[in-house]
Formats: sequence, structure tokens, C-alpha cells
Amino acid sequence: MSALIQAHHLHKIYRDNHAVNDVSIELQQGEILGLLGPNGAGKSSCLQMLCGVLAPSEGEIIINGADLLDHPNQAKQSIGYLPDRPPLYPELTVDEYLNYAARLRRVKKSAIKKLREQAIQRCGLENYNKRLISNLSKGYQQRVGIAQAIIHQPEIIILDEPTVGLDPIQMVEIRKLILELGEQHGIILSTHILPEVQAVCNRVQMIHRGKSVFNKHMQELKQTDSATLRLQYATDLDAIKKLPGVDAVQQNTSHNYLISGSQLNASLADISRNCVENNWGLVELSPLENNLEQIFLNLISGEDKHNSEQAA
Amino acid sequence: MILHIALRELRSLFLSPLAWIILGIIQGIMAWKFLGFIDYFFEIQAELIKIKSAPGVTDLVVAPLFDFSKVLLLIICPLITMRLLSEEKQNGSLKLLLSSPVSMTEIVLGKYLGALFFFSIVILIIGIMPLSLLYSTNLDMGKFASGMLGQFLTIAAFTSLGLYMSSLSSQPANAAAGTFGLLIIFFIINIAGNATTEGNNFFNYISITYHSIQMLRGIVNTADIAYFILFSLGFILLSIRQLDSQRLQS
Repeated sequence: MSALIQAHHLHKIYRDNHAVNDVSIELQQGEILGLLGPNGAGKSSCLQMLCGVLAPSEGEIIINGADLLDHPNQAKQSIGYLPDRPPLYPELTVDEYLNYAARLRRVKKSAIKKLREQAIQRCGLENYNKRLISNLSKGYQQRVGIAQAIIHQPEIIILDEPTVGLDPIQMVEIRKLILELGEQHGIILSTHILPEVQAVCNRVQMIHRGKSVFNKHMQELKQTDSATLRLQYATDLDAIKKLPGVDAVQQNTSHNYLISGSQLNASLADISRNCVENNWGLVELSPLENNLEQIFLNLISGEDKHNSEQAA
Repeated sequence: MILHIALRELRSLFLSPLAWIILGIIQGIMAWKFLGFIDYFFEIQAELIKIKSAPGVTDLVVAPLFDFSKVLLLIICPLITMRLLSEEKQNGSLKLLLSSPVSMTEIVLGKYLGALFFFSIVILIIGIMPLSLLYSTNLDMGKFASGMLGQFLTIAAFTSLGLYMSSLSSQPANAAAGTFGLLIIFFIINIAGNATTEGNNFFNYISITYHSIQMLRGIVNTADIAYFILFSLGFILLSIRQLDSQRLQS
């Protein structure tokens, strides 16, 4: 099956600012893609181009088989978009607003009521549907924003910082909702909250200074080449180094070691068995998962250093 | 689709107190003015009888009433049109329209018609007032109809200009100030036309007043209708272009 979104070599130039520079984004069915980047990296510009709110300066975007520039209406039909600020009309009630949003997406009149109720139920707005949007709290306004994006059951849902301004309980609920939605739709999520990406996304793409600097599946990220080993009794470093799969050992504190090796992941069970057999008093053996935050900071500071060297 | 956008616009207008306040104030002022014109008519009625083919009630009450109402329309038009696109840009709801399968032309026409529906209600309540005279006298219904047509075409032109101004700015106040200024210029530019003989035609031709005054006299001229249609169409097209270029640029 072809990808839901195929965006190749997108550029966006604002006067003298190259905000998005050769970014390509792909999204498959059932995938939740996290778009990460510091403020002003070009995330929102990318998302707005994918939704047709902004026209790219260069590049092509194919949404669910339809070219966004040649057949905008057909392409936009498959998209539900929540901008960084929910696009609400404060003077309408939640029901009225959702009806209007459904109409704009060319939903048939007979189907609107059912879809509206579904969206309301999914976003937990059951007791608020007769309320004026201006009287809702920020968290509930955000939910209305999400309901608006999913009401026409689009194949693709694009959420720009969906959990900003929410309390921790609401954040958890929204993440749960995103996971649920991700089963049937393709979702792109932009955020700068790293744990959020770790919690919901199955692929991460990082954007920095308008360029795509990292694009990996969560599974690849989780694979590790190092682990901490804690033993009850002091042990010779060389003995530890002889353990299967271990290439290097580093002593952190007296009973704490950092072991690493390219095949470490597969040999963890052997290592623990060996430790027990040697009677070293195994207390802890825990693989160090690649930390998104570390990768993020490395990439960004590395890039900055590179740039300043170039400038010098 | 255009209709959905227009009806949402109209609904939002009537959900805010602004529309009701405007309707109330207009009705109050026009009723007062109407009374004034009728009073004046009674005063000079005795004199009129002596004149052969003297002007009737329609000329002395309906026409000046409609003429005066244009000044009021000019004042309220920016208040309504300023929010059309500026407000959507300001609170970000324009992104909902832009990311929906709706063309730019549909968005702009929907907005335009929404405001025009409201102004149609305004000119209807102004038009109903002189119709109450039918109880006691005969009105020249031809002149009345051509007057109403003039009102409608005038406000259609005003609205298109307001819409364009609103597409330029994300601050409703800026849009209102711009609309107000330009409308007044289009309103009074024929003064120059009257004052000089040179270029007289040109200034008259671009003036709104010059084209609407004929219809109050019961003269429906194709050139006048064409002027209003071209005026409205021109500013609608400019609005579409403006939104399109904003999508490309920023």
C-alpha cells in the first residue's frame, strides 16, 4: 500500500529566512510520527504546508494519492488538522461548531449527527456539547480542537502541539486518545515535549534549523549497546571483560560498572548467568536505553558547533 | 459550501450584540428622519398643489430617506465588514477554512454573502418604513423599487470594499479605518467632478454617489448597474488574490 503522506524536498522561504530547507516527510497507515525540534525549527511551517494552509516554495506533497497542489480539495478531504492554537469560534456552542467543521469537510448532512456524537464521545466532551466554546477551559477547548480534526474520520490527523497548556491528567488522556486514533489513522504530532514522543510515537523525525536531522523508528532507538552492571563483591575488570558480548568495561564506582559491546543486547541473558555462576553477587544488570533527550541535545548542539566552525 | 460559510457568518453576527445594536440604532434614527420628511411634506403640501406636475410623496419622502440612509450605511459598513477576515486571521480560525477542502473563492464569496445578507436585512427594515404610507396615499412603486435596487447595489459595493480591507490586515480596527476612509473618498469624489469642467466625467464616473443618485429618481441605467457590479467584483477578486498571496508568502 502506498504511503498516506509523501512529501519530498519541501522548502519554505520567507523573504530572507530559509525556514524549511529540503525536508521530506513520509507517513504510513497506522503510524504515529513525532516531529521534534526546538522552538522556531520549522515544525509548524512543515505541518502547515502538509495541510495546505501554507504553499511550499518548492517541493511536492502527495496526500493519500492526490497531489495537494493539483487537486487540493481531494487531498484536503483526507486531512484533519489541529493548528498550534485551536481554530475555534468562541461564540458558537460545541455542537454548532462541530457541525460547521463537518460541513466544511463536505460530510453528508445525514451523517453529521452520528459523526459528531462519535467525535464528542472520543474526546470526552459529552457533558459540554451545549456549552459555548468561549466558556470552556483551555483544556476543553483543546479537546474541541481535536474533535474538529477527527470529525470527518480522515485518514491523516495532523496535530500541532496538542498537549500544550493541559494539566497532567488531561495530557495522559489526550495521549491515550492519540494512541487509540493511531490504530486506524496515520498521525503526525509535533511537540517539544520529549517524554510525550517516547510515550506515543512509533517513529521520530527531528527538525533543526529547517533541516531534517534525524529520522528513526522507536524500535531502533531502543536497541542499546551499553548496560550498567552492579555486583555485590568487588571483581577484576578483566574478568568482566571476558563475559560474552562485552567489548569494553568502565568502572563507575567500586561495585558499579558500565559494560558495552556491539552485540550486548543479544548476550544479556548469558551475562547474567555468568555473573551468577561466578558467584559475583549480581545485584543489577540493566540495559541503557538510548535516551531521546540525549540524542536530541547531541544533534542540536553538534549542529550548532558545526555551524559556528563553518562561520569561523 | 459558500452558503454554509455565509450562514455561519450571519449566525455569528446575530450571536454578538453588535448586529442587534446596529439594527436598533438604524431603525431609531431612520424613524426620526422619516418623521421629519413627512412633517416637511405636510408643511409644503399647500404650495405643491399650485404647481403643475409637482413632486409627489415618493420624491419628497422616500428618495431623501434613502439618500440619507446611505450615510448611515457608510458608517456601519466598516463595523460589520472589519471582522470578516481580520478576526479569522487574528484568532487563527482561518486555518480551519484553509485546511478544509474549500477553495479560496468559496471562502471569500461565503464571507461576502454573509455580510451582504445582514445588510439586506438593514435596507429591508429601512424600506418597510415608507411602505406604511400606502395606508393613506399612493406611492410610486416603480421609483420605490428602483430606490431599493440602488440601496442594495450601493451596500453590495460598500461590503466588497470592506471585505478587501479586512483581507489586508489581521487587526479589525485597521480594516475598519481603511474601509471608512476609502468609502468616504468614493462618496465625495464627485464633488471635484462638479467643481471643475476638466476631468468632470472621470471623477463622476468613479463616484458611488453619482451612480446611486439616478436610481432614487427612478432611472435605472445599465451603466450604473455595471458600475456597481464591476466595483463589487473587482474588490472580491482582489480579496481572493490577497488571501492567495498570503498563503504563498507568509
